[in-house]
Amino acid sequence: MREELLSIIEKNSRIDFSELAVLLGTSEEVVLSEISNMENEGIIRGYHTLINWEKTSIQKVTGLIEVKVTPQRGRGFDNIAERIYNYPEVKAVYLISGGYDLLVILEEKSLKEIANFVSDKLSTLDSVLSTATHFILKKYKDHGTILNKETKDEREVITP
Amino acid sequence: MRNFLSDKIVGIKPSGIRKFFDIVSEMKDAISLGVGEPDFDTPWHIRDEGIYAFERGKTFYTSNAGLKDLRVEIANYLKRTQGTVYNPDNEILVTVGGSEAIDIGLRAVINAGDEVIIPQPSYVSYEPCTILAGAKPVIINLKAENDFRLTPEELLNAITEKTKVLILPYPNNPTGAIMEQSDLEAIAKIIIEKDILVMSDEIYSALTYKGKHVSISSVAGMKERTILINGFSKAYAMTGWRLGYACAPKEIIQQMTKIHQFAIMCAPTTSQYAAIEALKNGDEDVEKMRQAYNQRRRFLIDAFKKMNLDCFEPFGAFYVFPCIKEFGITSEEFATKFLQEEKVAVVPGTAFGDCGEGYLRISYAYSIENLKLAIGRLQRFVTKLRESKN
Repeated sequence: MREELLSIIEKNSRIDFSELAVLLGTSEEVVLSEISNMENEGIIRGYHTLINWEKTSIQKVTGLIEVKVTPQRGRGFDNIAERIYNYPEVKAVYLISGGYDLLVILEEKSLKEIANFVSDKLSTLDSVLSTATHFILKKYKDHGTILNKETKDEREVITP
Repeated sequence: MRNFLSDKIVGIKPSGIRKFFDIVSEMKDAISLGVGEPDFDTPWHIRDEGIYAFERGKTFYTSNAGLKDLRVEIANYLKRTQGTVYNPDNEILVTVGGSEAIDIGLRAVINAGDEVIIPQPSYVSYEPCTILAGAKPVIINLKAENDFRLTPEELLNAITEKTKVLILPYPNNPTGAIMEQSDLEAIAKIIIEKDILVMSDEIYSALTYKGKHVSISSVAGMKERTILINGFSKAYAMTGWRLGYACAPKEIIQQMTKIHQFAIMCAPTTSQYAAIEALKNGDEDVEKMRQAYNQRRRFLIDAFKKMNLDCFEPFGAFYVFPCIKEFGITSEEFATKFLQEEKVAVVPGTAFGDCGEGYLRISYAYSIENLKLAIGRLQRFVTKLRESKN
């Protein structure tokens, strides 16, 4: 049941417990205890909102930065990852297989701020060997949701 | 000028759905719960395979029976889901939707004067196809108290010397009823004893919510007297691709192929390539859709309970079939009034047979948000009806 519960709230974290119980064919108490257990176990790590910032007047620029680093003896990549993710403007840090080591996702108000972050904060870290910065030009789909598409029911209204 | 029309065709009633469709179509802003096809798009990897087939120039006829690779995948699918073994060389025919399979299956086995038993409420095409094939339809009126399952007694009462075919439409459209192993075994016993053929329309087989679907063809002694009909429309959300299939003893498939070959030639080639991908790699998609349908089904059953609307719990397809007899009006009156006053379209149960009187078919091939909106209006409408009655 956990998997089904998670797949529902992953799409809609605002759904209430009584409705969840109906959809899953169980009681509200069970849903409540499953959710609080999963919160305690760190499986559920937050209830975020997916925002299409492009439709607001607020300026946001997202940068993807590929970072090559020297891993540290005994700590691997964890230490340097922590140094990076502690910056609040960093939205995500992933350890990546392949041509580079860390993928850092950064959200700022302008290109200049991202450039400054890379040159002042990221590149100056001792373990960082090199960086490559990419800017996101347009978000088509985010978190499994297509952002700018109106869906229309094209079916005939009544069919056998 | 002479009247050129065929008496047989003129004698067939137009589908009850059609009539209602015309009323609904005029209402531009109505919400519909009247659709008999999935709301999901065909999964992308399946569509992609269709596109790839075009790119590779797969634009010719296939063999009459359908692509060999597809028939092999259909055989694999039936083996892994039902444990039934069909020979892809001569026991499987790929058709233009399950509907073609129903038509040519009946035509392949009917002689003038034969009787075909049709349990209703059920899909709209069995009765006209039976008449077109030259047989006499014998209707069994299924009962809500049996959860719209076919009982051995009902079957026995309908059988005569002339009975040749029983149509077994489960999981059922419009009721959502299913037949479980023990139900099927009881039916199979009579079928074998009375030497009858079964046409088992299992188009909704992937969508059951109480254990896996059981095909009557998997019951001992039944494979040799079953025409199994299935397809891709409901399970893989591929209605517009028009692709189904029939599995039956080779003597029957041979005759069906003859009709198919002269009337149709072959099922659409692109669809056949896409269907291979569906059967090979589509199980996960089907499970996801099934889970979503199941959530909506629970939502509706719960909503009916809350508004005290009588409804048996259906365990198949994507329909619920609530009873509206308490309001003292016909299904058609209810549906028409509901549409006019609340702008929600549902299908009167009578579109699926006279015994559908007093019921409505509500489809849950819609998003939860859509269902919530419609159910809110149903609640209001039902309250109004109850108040005006008192």
